Amino acid sequence: MKPNLILHVIAKFIIPLILLFALYVQFHGDFGPGGGFQAGVIFSAAIILYSLVFGLENAEKIIPHHWLRILASLGVVIYAGVGIESLFLGGNYLDYTFLGSNQIAGQHLGILLVELGVGITVASAMLILFFAFAGRGRE
Amino acid sequence: MGNHISLLLVIVPLIAAPLVAVLPRGRLPWAASFFVSVVCAVFAGIQLWSVLQGGVISYELGGWAPPWGIEYRIDAVNAFVALIVAVIAALTLPYALHSVEREIPEEKIPTFYSALLLCLTGLLGITQTGDIFNVFVFLEISSLSSYALISLGKSRQAFTSSYQYLIMGTIGATFYLIGVGLLYSQTGTLNMQDMANILPSVLHLNTVETGFTFIMVGIALKLALFPLHLWLPNAYTYAPSVVTVFLAATATKVAVYVMLRILFTVFPQTFTIATPADELFIVAGMAGVIIASVYAIYQKNIKRLLAYSSVAQIGYMVLGIGFATATGLMATLIHLFNHALMKGALFMAIGAIIYRIDSCRLDQIHGLGRAMPWTFGAIVLGGLSLIGVPGTAGFISKWYLVTAALEQSAWLPVAVILIGSLLAVVYMGKLIEALYFKPVTDNRKVVTEAPLMLLMPTWCLVLANIYFGLDTDLTVGVAEQAAAILGGMKP
Amino acid sequence: MEFFIGHYNYWVVIILMMVGLYTVISRGNLVKKIIGLNIFQVSVFFLYISLGTVEGGAAPIIAEGVKVYSNPLPHVLILTAIVVGVATTALALALVVRIKETYGTIEEDEIHNLDHSL
Repeated sequence: MKPNLILHVIAKFIIPLILLFALYVQFHGDFGPGGGFQAGVIFSAAIILYSLVFGLENAEKIIPHHWLRILASLGVVIYAGVGIESLFLGGNYLDYTFLGSNQIAGQHLGILLVELGVGITVASAMLILFFAFAGRGRE
Repeated sequence: MGNHISLLLVIVPLIAAPLVAVLPRGRLPWAASFFVSVVCAVFAGIQLWSVLQGGVISYELGGWAPPWGIEYRIDAVNAFVALIVAVIAALTLPYALHSVEREIPEEKIPTFYSALLLCLTGLLGITQTGDIFNVFVFLEISSLSSYALISLGKSRQAFTSSYQYLIMGTIGATFYLIGVGLLYSQTGTLNMQDMANILPSVLHLNTVETGFTFIMVGIALKLALFPLHLWLPNAYTYAPSVVTVFLAATATKVAVYVMLRILFTVFPQTFTIATPADELFIVAGMAGVIIASVYAIYQKNIKRLLAYSSVAQIGYMVLGIGFATATGLMATLIHLFNHALMKGALFMAIGAIIYRIDSCRLDQIHGLGRAMPWTFGAIVLGGLSLIGVPGTAGFISKWYLVTAALEQSAWLPVAVILIGSLLAVVYMGKLIEALYFKPVTDNRKVVTEAPLMLLMPTWCLVLANIYFGLDTDLTVGVAEQAAAILGGMKP
Repeated sequence: MEFFIGHYNYWVVIILMMVGLYTVISRGNLVKKIIGLNIFQVSVFFLYISLGTVEGGAAPIIAEGVKVYSNPLPHVLILTAIVVGVATTALALALVVRIKETYGTIEEDEIHNLDHSL
């Protein structure tokens, strides 16, 4: 593939912005529109853009495949783990009230952690899907 | 801890599934899954016991009180179905060890068990939840993982049959989703109990009737009600043996449970009886019993033969729903349990044959019964139960079904049930004839009995078939209580 | 006329639903079937989202000076359904890739012939 200067420059400029926006959507999700699903997809979009412009091999160097698998599992475990944690603290499953010192703090912490788990899983699952389809023809 | 059990039943396999996926290859993923399935079975047993002792369990997720939050609401009906699913899972997994090592490529084994646990999560979730939308989510969790599991079959037809199932299953689930949306637009709630309270005041609206129809068609696709069964024979035939055992014994049963819930808990009895739904169920059930049984007779593949027989058995269950009486519902619930036992046992025995000769064609198994006496014995006893011979579990369910039909003086269904049993004699007879009475094919290598790890779970189910044919306290007792909860007021 | 214009969201939903379902049933190409399935699912998303709309309502975030909010619940439900839809599409496409690799075609009738000519 012939390297295209415009694509490279624009991509290098825009990818950090996409990642930043993903983090904004992720962590602003408890006060405004946003959350783990959207943030995860935006985050993975940045890396997919990178691999489209710079090639699959380079993208796989940034995030090796077995890491993605572990991350995807980790997200689910964070989500379910927060729920289990509230069980141990005496509440019902996913009852965040018990996570913090008062109800507001608990709800805040709980939703942040759960959305973090969602974000990690969604981002890595989207990347697994992309790499699985994109890498298919090469073998 | 006590009241958290109904939740842990869903969460334990849910957490285990991603963990199993990242475990190293070898037997560790299997061991972890087996452990989880046993834990689930124990939890389900405790849950059923405490429901029978103390009545309905209600669990609020996230501390949001119903009807706003998601509620897990467990009575005798779902506790019973959850126990069936969990016990079948706990029996399937020891069986899986060797069978999966033979049929699934090594690098895919951790993912295989992960998908199996996700499927278990989905099925258990459907039984536990009291939220009508949550049912959709769990339905899709179990369906998506079962599409993936079916596509792992050895032959290339596994891909096409999985694709076919995916298209049909998604249409079914989306129909259900449309129905739920329409009901939500009129009642403003998703909690089943709350919806049941609000629905009587809006029953005259066309929207509610349309929603009801969409939900019924959607679930009928999922439970492979004749004539919407087209995905089932292929999916069961080409899936790996373990997947066939698990899905045949659990997936359609859970769909039957959802149908019971919607028909008798969410909607008032008067509505269900006023619609032509119950007559349609009787007609579809009777057609399914006869036509699918006749199809089964002409099959050349033993897995496909049993798959068509499954469609026929679903016909029996739907007949019971169609009667809409207490006895009819009891018959449905008893057959739900018994059919899981007999189809589980039969598919496990077929899986053992596939393990040894790597084929499930009727002309390749000639004379195998002599080489594999224990497997053959399991097929004979499972077949007797399928036919409904007295002394087996199948007899009990047919007995209650015929009683329910006689109560209504519905002579045609009685005749259909009896003809269906005769047809079962024919197709099981064909199978047994091929296994025992046909001369051994010459060019086959010497076959020995299946390994113990395959035989033990098979015989557990076979003996359960006989035990529940003689001692009906558990099945009939629980089914009676469950039918009383569902109602079935039609005189 | 009021009947048509007043309920325009339902007409959009119904048309999309029929287009999608017809595509799934009538096309023999496996990818086209998936496209039809997606249109069908999207029509249901529209149904839910338009159910949740309140005329003149703002996004359901508490802010000063806003009195009328849209119903957020259908949106949440549909977020879940969209995720399910994405998963279904991905799985279906993966199956199509494997079918193409093993059969060499993604036309339903050709696959049928390949399986039954043996």
